[in-house]
Amino acid sequence: MKTIPVETTINGDSTEFLCHADESLLDVLRDRLGMTGSKEGCGTGDCGACSVMLNGRVVCSCLVLGVETQGAEIETIEGMANGEELHPLQRVFLEEAALQCGVCTPGILVAAKALLEKNPDPTDTEVRYWLAGNLCRCTGYDKIIKAVQTAAAEMRSA
Amino acid sequence: MAFDAQAKRNFKVVGTRVTRPDGIDKVTGKAAYGADIAAPGMLYGRILRSPHAHARIVSIDTSAAEALAGVKAVVTGADLAQPDDEDFADVAINCLARDKVLYDGHAVAAVAAKSKSIAKQAIRLIKVDYEILPHVTDVDAAMQPDAPVVQEGRALETVPAGMSQNVTTHCQFGHGDLDAGFAKADKIIERSFKTAATHQGYIEPQACMASLGSDGRGEVWCCTQGQYMVRANCAAVLGVEESQLRITSSEIGGGFGGKTSTFIEPVALALSRKSGKPVKIVMTRDEVLKATGPTISSSMDIKIGMTKDGRITAARGELRYSGGAYPNGTVNMGAQAAFAAYDLEAVETVGWNAMTNRPKEIPYRAPGAPTAIYAVESVVDELCQELGLDPLDVRLMNAARKGTVSSYGPTFNDIGLVATLEAAKAHPHYTAPLGENQGRGLSCGFWFNFGGNTCVSLNINDDGTVGVVEGNPDIGGSRASISMMAAEELGVPYDKVRTVIADTSSLGFNDITDGSRVTFAVGLATIEAARAAIKEMCSRVAKIWDIDEDAVIWEDGCAKPAGPNAGTHPPMTLAEIAAIAGKTGGPIAGHHEVNADGAGVSFGVHLCDTEVDPETGATKILRYTVFQDAGKAVHPDYVEGQMQGGAVQGIGWALNEEYIYGEDGRLQNAGFLDYRVPVASDLPDIETVILEIPNPGHPYGVRGVGETPIVPPLAAISNAVSRAAGGRMTELPMSPPRLLKAMTG
Repeated sequence: MKTIPVETTINGDSTEFLCHADESLLDVLRDRLGMTGSKEGCGTGDCGACSVMLNGRVVCSCLVLGVETQGAEIETIEGMANGEELHPLQRVFLEEAALQCGVCTPGILVAAKALLEKNPDPTDTEVRYWLAGNLCRCTGYDKIIKAVQTAAAEMRSA
Repeated sequence: MAFDAQAKRNFKVVGTRVTRPDGIDKVTGKAAYGADIAAPGMLYGRILRSPHAHARIVSIDTSAAEALAGVKAVVTGADLAQPDDEDFADVAINCLARDKVLYDGHAVAAVAAKSKSIAKQAIRLIKVDYEILPHVTDVDAAMQPDAPVVQEGRALETVPAGMSQNVTTHCQFGHGDLDAGFAKADKIIERSFKTAATHQGYIEPQACMASLGSDGRGEVWCCTQGQYMVRANCAAVLGVEESQLRITSSEIGGGFGGKTSTFIEPVALALSRKSGKPVKIVMTRDEVLKATGPTISSSMDIKIGMTKDGRITAARGELRYSGGAYPNGTVNMGAQAAFAAYDLEAVETVGWNAMTNRPKEIPYRAPGAPTAIYAVESVVDELCQELGLDPLDVRLMNAARKGTVSSYGPTFNDIGLVATLEAAKAHPHYTAPLGENQGRGLSCGFWFNFGGNTCVSLNINDDGTVGVVEGNPDIGGSRASISMMAAEELGVPYDKVRTVIADTSSLGFNDITDGSRVTFAVGLATIEAARAAIKEMCSRVAKIWDIDEDAVIWEDGCAKPAGPNAGTHPPMTLAEIAAIAGKTGGPIAGHHEVNADGAGVSFGVHLCDTEVDPETGATKILRYTVFQDAGKAVHPDYVEGQMQGGAVQGIGWALNEEYIYGEDGRLQNAGFLDYRVPVASDLPDIETVILEIPNPGHPYGVRGVGETPIVPPLAAISNAVSRAAGGRMTELPMSPPRLLKAMTG
C-alpha cells in the first residue's frame, strides 16, 4: 500500500506526515509522530481516551483517518501546557487527585478544556453529560467533576 | 533501641493530601504505559483467536501467513514449553492453545510482521481445521452429570465422586448446630440468586514489548500488576531461566486484579526468539473482553433464620461459581467472605467451582466476595422487611466485632464494622426523605486483605534526599503513600523522597499488586527499611560523638544525644550525616525483606438511594454514601478515590455489566458500546466517610482499602431497587428489561 503525504498543524506547529489510507489519526499520532499522550482504549469511539481537538471540535482520533486531516488544525494533550506552566485543568486535576491510573486523563482533559471554552460556567450535570463519552474506571468520576468545576471557577475569575 | 515495636499515632506527613510524584507526566501525556514505547527494528505482533466456544484443533496451516511479504515469524502452541506445574501449564495453553480451544477468543496462533496491517492480514491467512465440540457456558448446566466436559481429570480430591468432571473445587466452612439454630428462628427465608460475569474494564488494554535472544536472555516491558509474576510465567512458558529475563512494569492504565496474569508476554517473547527482533503486542478491546479475565459468574442459594427482634439464629449458603475454562479457587474466598460481617452461632457455607467454556477467570477486586455478600445481604434485607425491623439496627445487633469467631474460622482482632455501621446510622443520608418509586438500600462489605512477600531498599543520598526502591506497580497512587511513610519515619519533608518501582533484576521478589497489599505491606517494609537506615545513621553519629550507640536517638529528622548523660552534642540532621557518609563508613541504606502478615481485615458499609422508572425499568442512582474503615488513611484523597471507584464498579455490576453468551457459546457484547460500564452522566456524587480504627498489624495502623468498596454496592443497590420496585430482585445485573419484567410480571 502506498503512503500519502498529509500537511496539518498540530499544537500550533505545521506538521507533515506520510500515512496509509487506512491509518487512523490516532495511529498517525502515536506510531508515526511519537505523540503517545493520546491513548487507545477501544478503537471504536466508545471510551474517549484518544480525544483530540480537530478544527475546534472534540473527536475520537481513532475514528478519524490520518488522510482526512489534510489542512486541519489538531490539538492534543501534548499541547495543553505552556512549557512549564500547566493549564489550570491539569494543575487542579493534580491538586484534587482527579486521576488514579491516569490513562483516561489526557482524553478527559482535552474534552474538559473544550467544554470550558464553550461554556465557562457549566452545571455539574452539564459536565457529567459532556464527559459521558470519556470512560474512567478508577475514580467513579466524583473527583473529576469537582476538579473541572474548581478549574472553571478559577478560569472565570482569572 | 527497640525499632521494631513502635506504633505511631501522631503524624506530620501521613494523613496529608500531597501531590503525587507521577502526576505531571500523567496530565501532560508524557507517562509511558504499556503501548507507549517503541524499539529500533520492532515488529508488530497479532494473535489469531478461536471463533468457537469449544473445539478440537485438528491442524494449523501457517504456510500462507509465513509466505506473506513482511511477516517475520509465526508461532503456535507447539512453540511454547509444556510446564509440569499445572498452574504454569494453564498459563501456557491459555497463551496459545494446544489440542483444544476452550472458549470463544482462545488464542491459537500469532504472527509478527513489519506493520500492524500486514500482521492483521497474516492472521487471516492461517488455516485452522477445527472439530467442533459441544459447549457449556452456564454454571448450573456445567454441573449436571451429562454436561459437555471442558477439561478432563482436573477435579481436586475434595470433589465427591459421581459429579460432572467440570466440577473442580469443593469447599466448606462454618461452625455450630444449624438445625438447632433454624429451630429457634421466628422467620426463615431461603432464596436463590444469579450473577453475571463482569470484566475489570481497565481502560488500557494489555500491551507489551518483548525481546528474547537465542541465548535465552530477554527483556519485557509491559503493563502488569506484577513484574515478578510475569517473569515466572514467561520463564516457565518459554523454558528459560528467571535470571535471564528482565521484566519492567510500565505505568499501568488500570488493573483491578485483571493484570495479575499473563496473556501476551510469552507470545511476544516466542515471536521475538523466532524473528530475532523486538516484538510489540497490543490487545484490542475486543480481545480484552473475549480473552482476558472476567470475574466469576455465580448461582447461589442462601437460607437465614431470624428471631422477631432481629437476631440471626442460623445461616447457610451454597455457592456455585464458574471461573471459566480452567480450575479455579475463587469460590473459596466467596465462601469464607459470605457471612464474615456477622457474629453467628450456627453458620455453614459450601462452595463449588465448575468449568465452563468461558475465558479463564482473573481476579477482580475482592474476588469471590461481592457476589456471595450480595446474596447474603439481600436475604438479611428481606428478613428486615418481613419482620418490620430497621436494617441498620439489625446489622448492628448481629455485627462481628473484636473477639467474634468469624464464619470462616479466625477470631477477629480490632475491626471497624460496628463503628462503620454507627457512622452510617448517624449520617443524614440515612434519614433523608424518599419519594415515589424511590428506595434506600444498604449493605455491609468485607475483604480479608493481604500482606505477602515484599522487598524494599531505601537509600540515603549524599545531598540529604532519600530514594526508595520497591517492586509493586503503582495502581492507585501508592508511590505517593510509600514516599509519605518514608518521610514520616525519617522526619524529612515528603518532597525529599522519591519512590521508584524496580524491574525484576534490580530488587528481590515481590508478590503482585493485589489483595489491597501495597500500602500495607510495602509501607510496612518501607518503615522498617527507614528504621534500619536510622539505626545506621545513629551508629555513625555515635562514633563521631564517641558515645554508645544506645545514647543516640532519632527525632524530627536528626540524631540527638539521648538525655544529659550522652553529652551536649548539637543535633545532626540527616543531610549532615549523609554528606559525610563516605568518611564514617560508606553509603547509608536500609532495606527490609518480609512475608508480611497482619494485614487486618476491612469492613465497609454502603448506603444507596435509587429511583426506578416503572415504564422503562431503568434505575437511577440518586444518592450514594460509602463508609469504610481505613485503619489509617495515609493519603485521604487516594483512600476516597478507592472508595468512590470501587463503588462505581459495583454500580456497573449491579445495573448494567454482564457477559452475554449466545446459544452458540459466543460472546455477544465484546465492546464498550454493548458491555456498558458506568459513565459520568449515570452517577451522582459519591460521598465518602473514612473511619480510622488502627490495624494492630501495621506500625501506623494502616489497612488495605482497595477491594472492600466493590463488595457492598451489589446488595445495597439491589436492596434499594427491591424496596423501590416492591419486589425482591434476585439476579444481576438489574438491567432495564430484567427490572421491567420483574415489575410488570
